[in-house]
Amino acid sequence: MGNKEGKTEYWRWLEYQSIMSNIELNSAEIITAGVDVGSVGSKAVIMADGEVYSWSVMRTGSNSSDSANKALEWAMEDTGLTLKDFNYIVGTGYGRVNVPMANRAITEIACHAKGANYIWGASVRTVLDVGGQDVKAIRCDQNGKVVSFLMNDKCAAGTGRGMEVIADLLKIPIEEVGEVSLSVSKEPEPVSSTCVVFAKTEAIGLLRKGWSKEKVLAAYMRAMSIRMSELIEKVGCEREFVITGGQSKNIGIVQRVEKILGVKSLTAPNVEETGRDPVAAGAIGAALYAKALYEKSHKV
Amino acid sequence: MRVIQVITYYGYRDGSGEYYIVVDAEKCNSCGDCIKVCPQKALIMESMFIDLEDKLVAAVAEEHRKKIRYTCSPCKPESGRVPCVQACDQEAITCIWNPMNRK
Repeated sequence: MGNKEGKTEYWRWLEYQSIMSNIELNSAEIITAGVDVGSVGSKAVIMADGEVYSWSVMRTGSNSSDSANKALEWAMEDTGLTLKDFNYIVGTGYGRVNVPMANRAITEIACHAKGANYIWGASVRTVLDVGGQDVKAIRCDQNGKVVSFLMNDKCAAGTGRGMEVIADLLKIPIEEVGEVSLSVSKEPEPVSSTCVVFAKTEAIGLLRKGWSKEKVLAAYMRAMSIRMSELIEKVGCEREFVITGGQSKNIGIVQRVEKILGVKSLTAPNVEETGRDPVAAGAIGAALYAKALYEKSHKV
Repeated sequence: MRVIQVITYYGYRDGSGEYYIVVDAEKCNSCGDCIKVCPQKALIMESMFIDLEDKLVAAVAEEHRKKIRYTCSPCKPESGRVPCVQACDQEAITCIWNPMNRK
């Protein structure tokens, strides 16, 4: 956890790469990739005939093009693939126009809906994508096609980046914040502001007042969850309901949103065994659209 | 073939109420009349990806999406006229403004 100055970086989340060893790459006819450059995380997914073969999840650097390259290179590591092997590559996410090797870019809204459809199946109707700097509520049909979506008009408020700031402030490792926030005996009132800057000030104030770290964390997550639920209510929460993006791993958020909406979200499948990673939903959708676009242009 | 509307909500909800500019991509015919009348120059034609095709659809420009409360405040419907909605022959743009509606 420490860096070279010896300071613990509580916000730092685990970057990872994984290969599905049960998929035979040599017999695959169409190899595609989806690269999702988000404001906080970059994800690359490689697909063999429309099934996840390998993928990577890493932090986005200061340069979107570099991040896109690095994420795809990492997903390609130990696969024997070179860029020439790809039939089609789609870029998506906040930095989608800066994905150098992509054949084209598609908005992350379309990709997240498609990715959620692949991960959880045709029953998904509502997708809450909690990214690094914004939250999106998406309604889709049985084919993963977007029916309606809502973009919030606020800043980094109540999102992944905000969570990192609070984790760092409270000195709780980011992977544990969900669990820790649920350890409070009674749910506190939400903090009044979910703006990262104000919420930080407010959190410091609450700590001075003698609130425990757990209670402050719970109050912050409660505020985040209320905001996310409001977004969903506007588009309507039809089942099945799922959460994608980095915060899909945060059970403190997932459980609170479920409670406010009165709807259980579908649990993610076993990521290691299936490659269906909700954090990479956008990149999965992009790789699926890459296959569809390749087939369309070649009439396979 | 079943036509599915692709509806985009741009806006916010806070203590003052809710405000959304709603664009129906299926109805929009890419004419651009709404762009011409927007006093804040907040609207653009944006390419949307629908059924593997690209369609130009009216959209709130990226730089305005997170400050719609300021951008659109001169055109709140209580003033009796919302230029973008009025300009649209296709009824593809609607405006939702519910002051103090916390639901």
